[in-house]
Amino acid sequence: MTTFLELLLGGLSMGSVYALIALGFVVIFKATEVVNFAHASLLLAGGWVTAVLHDDIGFWPALAVGIASAAAVGASVEFLVMRRYRGQDQSVLAIVTIGVDILITTDLTRRIGTDVLALGDPWGDAVVHLGPVTLPQTRIAALVSATVLIGAFLLVFRYTSWGVAMRAAAEKPETAALMGVRLGRVSLAAWAVAGALAAVAALFLTVFPTPGLERATSLAALKAFPAAILGGLDSTTGALAGGLIVGVTEAMATGYQSQLAFLGRGIGDLAPYLVMVAVLLLRPAGLFGTKEPARV
Amino acid sequence: MSEHETAVPGPQGAPTGPAGPTAPTTPAAAPGPEAPAGHTTASGRVPAQPDGGRSRTAVRGLRPPAARYRLRYALWAAGGVVLLALPFYLDRFWLQAGLFAIAAGIGAIGLNLLTGSTGQLSMGHAFFLAVGAYGYCVLAGEGGRSGGHQLVGLGLPSWLAAVLAVALAGAAGGLFSPIAGRLRGAYLGIATLALIFIGQHVLFNATALTGGFNGRPVEPLSLLGITFDDTETVIAAVPFQSAEKLWYVALAALLACALFARGVLRGRPGRALNAIRDHNIAAGVMGVPVARYRAAVFVLSSMYAGLAGVLLALVFQRTVPDYFGMVLSLEYLAMIVIGGLGTVAGAVVGAAFVSLLPQLLTRYSDALPLVSAPGSGGVSPGEASRYLYGAAVVAVVLFLPGGLARLRPSQPARPPKEPV
Repeated sequence: MTTFLELLLGGLSMGSVYALIALGFVVIFKATEVVNFAHASLLLAGGWVTAVLHDDIGFWPALAVGIASAAAVGASVEFLVMRRYRGQDQSVLAIVTIGVDILITTDLTRRIGTDVLALGDPWGDAVVHLGPVTLPQTRIAALVSATVLIGAFLLVFRYTSWGVAMRAAAEKPETAALMGVRLGRVSLAAWAVAGALAAVAALFLTVFPTPGLERATSLAALKAFPAAILGGLDSTTGALAGGLIVGVTEAMATGYQSQLAFLGRGIGDLAPYLVMVAVLLLRPAGLFGTKEPARV
Repeated sequence: MSEHETAVPGPQGAPTGPAGPTAPTTPAAAPGPEAPAGHTTASGRVPAQPDGGRSRTAVRGLRPPAARYRLRYALWAAGGVVLLALPFYLDRFWLQAGLFAIAAGIGAIGLNLLTGSTGQLSMGHAFFLAVGAYGYCVLAGEGGRSGGHQLVGLGLPSWLAAVLAVALAGAAGGLFSPIAGRLRGAYLGIATLALIFIGQHVLFNATALTGGFNGRPVEPLSLLGITFDDTETVIAAVPFQSAEKLWYVALAALLACALFARGVLRGRPGRALNAIRDHNIAAGVMGVPVARYRAAVFVLSSMYAGLAGVLLALVFQRTVPDYFGMVLSLEYLAMIVIGGLGTVAGAVVGAAFVSLLPQLLTRYSDALPLVSAPGSGGVSPGEASRYLYGAAVVAVVLFLPGGLARLRPSQPARPPKEPV
């Protein structure tokens, strides 16, 4: 039972991190109709900047610069690349982001090489005891920060004029544009926010118990894709639910690996994808996605 | 796009060239005063004219059709002769590189049917390549111990194993078809990510079938009494080893695959697939069974991938799981975008570009600025080529919508703006 609770809490914490990534992904999709396959490379960029800078300027400033630069990378991808392709077919746009992803990821993995970079976080490998349950501090920090960030984002999305503009643009771009919403700015902001969220997620994907930032971190970040699609690509609630489902599934499959030995080693990494396939078989639009109303 | 809109009257408008006084001439061939430059490029790319083939001949050629076809056949024949003669002149390195390009060409044709012609994105192409490659190994190989693992092998005749491996890849695609049939475009792209991870998991864990991390050796193909291994046969004073012999098999396979895909695209199914890409609801209304076609083209593209996998295995002579990862899928997508979405020639051109680029850069890395030998700290040839094709993907979509092959008529896919 203790193990179960530990796994559940650990899974929820990882899940909230995946939810952060997935949220950014969904925001981009809602604002610009682009399925952003370059999302993992935004995350890698934020993490790399933090890792490189933390020795010289301390952890918190480094994290701030990392978040800012991931936002800047996101915004410049939108401004320099995606803006030129507006109105193209959806899968063509997706392929363009794949090209961007190849460029950024190649560059970063070349810089990272075979190293494992520490991000210099203040939590280290300290643990917290909650009754019989033992959790690393990093997991608690992840859960708290993700909750705060997601909450703040949802409030902003609901109550500020920026959030209203964003939702209007997602609902019907032409009408929003006629009402004075500047679509270019909306999509720029969406990419920047997504980049910033991804950089925060990069921190929590690479702290204890994971060894640090390495090439494979972008593979870990990919788990946010099943999170986003099983929740429904156009739903922020879906991104949260999907993230939590993915996190808990992964934690359970990894934790009970010995009982699942017949499925082979490393089943934990696979579990999110299996859940995604299962959900898509039953509900092709995802759990919370709107089934596209069709009008000819 | 705006330039395009001004130059070409809407689909219902009178066809530009043929209706005017310059009807029999092509604007491209005879730049008369009536044919301004912008006009030329645009009408060269006009999608199928309402009155079909007749006006197309009029637009394209000054020469009578027979002469034009004769020239085209001559060009094809010359190209064919060059390709057939290559094993007599190239060394093993370039032949292997060429064989990779041919295998990649077959895989890319399959992906282009799915992504280019139907608009269904797939990140799982590497998985089906793996099914083909390993399927062939298991079906044709003899069991026994290799690399510390007990391997299963059925020991079937290798030609039968190759056919069955392709069928196996198709069956794997069929298993995924409940999802492939229902999801649209980029959604399917995300869903097929699962295939890559499932594939990697199985390849590393099902050691009895796959040999685990170290992979397993590949039984050489033997066809009509010829074994395609490294025993030397000397033909015209050139020693023929596996690469030289396989070259012809691969060429034949590529030709067959290309012709089949062309047939699919030019016929009724091709129209249906394009209709699904351009507007799936309209396609459904016109009586195209959308889900069934999506599933079918997914199966077909996985069979192409399976065949490419078999060929790759034969060229490599050893299959290793690392190769069939995410990067390979991305490479295939890069190929079809760079070559040209939706065309057979585009897939082949793109495959040649993406798979020969690293080899070229490796071979000439000392002569090139900015590229250094692997392991020396600078940009290695593999990375340099990834930079190049990554940038090429981004640039081609913007500047060369038809890809390198440039055969595809300009994108008609932009949906008409909704009236507000």
